[in-house]
Amino acid sequence: MEINNNQFPQWEVFIQTKSGSPFEHAGSVHAADKKMALQNARDTYTRRNEGRSLWVVPTDCIVATTRDEEEEFFDPSLDKTYRKPNFYKMPKGTNNL
Amino acid sequence: MKTKDALYNFCLRLADNNLVLGQRMAEWCSRGPILEEDLALTNISLDLFGQAETLYEYAVLLKEANITADDLAFLRNERQFYNSLIVEQPNGDFAFTIVRQFLYSTFARLMCEALMNSNDESLSGYATKALKEVKYHFRHSSEWIIRFGNGTEESKNRAQFALNELWRFTDDLFVMNDIDHELISVGISFSLDDIFGQWNFAVQEVLREANLFTPERFNVIKGGSNGIHTEHLGHMLSEMQYLQRVHPGAKW
Amino acid sequence: MTEDQKLIKFQQRIDADEKIEPKDWMPEGYHKTLFRQISQHAHSEIIGMQPEANWVLRAPSLRAKKILLAKIQDEAGHGLYLYSAAETLGLDRSEMIDMLHKGKAKYSSIFNYPVLTWADIGAVGWLVDGAAIVNQTMLAKCSYGPYARAMLRICKEEGFHQRQGYEIMAKMMNGTEAQKEMAQDAMNRWWEPSLMMFGPHDTDSPNSKDSMQWKIKVESNDRLRQRFIDRTVEQAHHIGLKVPDANLKYNKETLHWETSDINWEEFKNVVNGNGPCNHQRLSHHIKCHNEGQWVREAALAFEAKQMSNPATIK
Repeated sequence: MEINNNQFPQWEVFIQTKSGSPFEHAGSVHAADKKMALQNARDTYTRRNEGRSLWVVPTDCIVATTRDEEEEFFDPSLDKTYRKPNFYKMPKGTNNL
Repeated sequence: MKTKDALYNFCLRLADNNLVLGQRMAEWCSRGPILEEDLALTNISLDLFGQAETLYEYAVLLKEANITADDLAFLRNERQFYNSLIVEQPNGDFAFTIVRQFLYSTFARLMCEALMNSNDESLSGYATKALKEVKYHFRHSSEWIIRFGNGTEESKNRAQFALNELWRFTDDLFVMNDIDHELISVGISFSLDDIFGQWNFAVQEVLREANLFTPERFNVIKGGSNGIHTEHLGHMLSEMQYLQRVHPGAKW
Repeated sequence: MTEDQKLIKFQQRIDADEKIEPKDWMPEGYHKTLFRQISQHAHSEIIGMQPEANWVLRAPSLRAKKILLAKIQDEAGHGLYLYSAAETLGLDRSEMIDMLHKGKAKYSSIFNYPVLTWADIGAVGWLVDGAAIVNQTMLAKCSYGPYARAMLRICKEEGFHQRQGYEIMAKMMNGTEAQKEMAQDAMNRWWEPSLMMFGPHDTDSPNSKDSMQWKIKVESNDRLRQRFIDRTVEQAHHIGLKVPDANLKYNKETLHWETSDINWEEFKNVVNGNGPCNHQRLSHHIKCHNEGQWVREAALAFEAKQMSNPATIK
């Protein structure tokens, strides 16, 4: 590993704010190793009691779509409204459905 | 000695440890080796100031005199502070600060665990809350020590140097005086002899993992809990207490 | 798509108030302006820690000590968020720090003034953070997603910063003669520099036009400055502080406070490196960064050893 005037590798931080809620992206930190990444995430993003669980992921492990791919990735699902419950018409008076 | 006076003095001792170490850690503000570590060090500092304030406030209650927590922090002199000698030692480099934090946090963790069983509810309440913070300080500092010891030749040397220099102040953490004997006799506190073995074990465990040596004992000095300090404390107080001393009675 | 078509499409997205994200196509000028501005903003947060750290050891009460330390810690956090936002534009934090050290990147000139007394801590919180908040609230609406999101988080966290500063001033104006004098003295020294924080007049601000078109800025320097003046003058009077400007007057027609023109010579002088603390602030940062070098090397060496041969480390 090349050692230079380095700021440590970057990690993305995800926070769960309360039990059962989803982990949401909070931002990033720099850290030399996993343990340090967790602690830096804690000290940077949960100072106001925002967290009860943390994930850290090396930034270069995140794979993302680009704006150019947006249309082909996401537009095809636009017209498939039959995937949603309110697409269906129920006879009047039907309950619990 | 009356129990209440002993308890008052004991609270000051615990509070002073936190205040003095918190002040040392605050010196790192804007000086961390990397931005994230700046945040980590000041977080520790804030924990310690919070603990100090809780304890001073309890001491004020015990004193039943017209004083405040701030009076206790800002208007006592060198000989009226009862903190351990190790916490007042100047920061040195990052390794020195971390080794000091590690040796003290290991002690503070055991202290809190023991005080949770105190029959004084305020103290046991304090210990329960503080333990969570102190455990984190131990984690943070011990992980750095393992990195130093197994990092580069330079980091290993710096950590070993800090350890050698600070080792002679560790006996002072376990000194007991009349105050301890009084509080032990009524079940408020406990014998520091009881935690020495655990402290030594916990320290050795980390040093082994860090491939660092237990230093030789030399020029061991004690005296913090009797108000006999190293020369460094006075300088810290003159800086910390400056505004309160120059403007007596002013509100801030 | 040709460059021209891309540019048209880009501007359409901006005009439709869409956010631009890191991997999207953007004109070079947009990228350059954003990077300069965000990194400068990040450096400002970090350099801005120094003047306040100068008082954290001397804070006059346990409460004040905790508050000030938490505030400075926030500045570190905000610098960090902003470096992250700037990093989405493709430069590493170490490169940004390098540019700062080589004088190729600037930070806010306000931090090149000395924080001399405890009242200055009040003035910095109230005036400097106050001016910053006016600016940042605007920036939270900017067109670049990562910058806007960072700003949103920062604005939320900075809620207490200005209040703590004003509280210090209010307490001192309610205190002893010496405290009142100290507070007024701080006001006298910090008022004009804090007005300068909004930058040159709109007519003299060459980069403003593009920034407005691209919605990097959504309001002009002078407009933001006026908003700050109107708020602050009244806050000053409320606690008995005098605004150090003989020409200060309220215009009943415009409903704005009018002030003397700013000493732009002084502004340029400080921006160009000749302020009271320019050298001190930068050399402090360089010194601490260099002193941390062995720490960073050690942590990386440890991680490298762990990755290559975990068995060597128990």
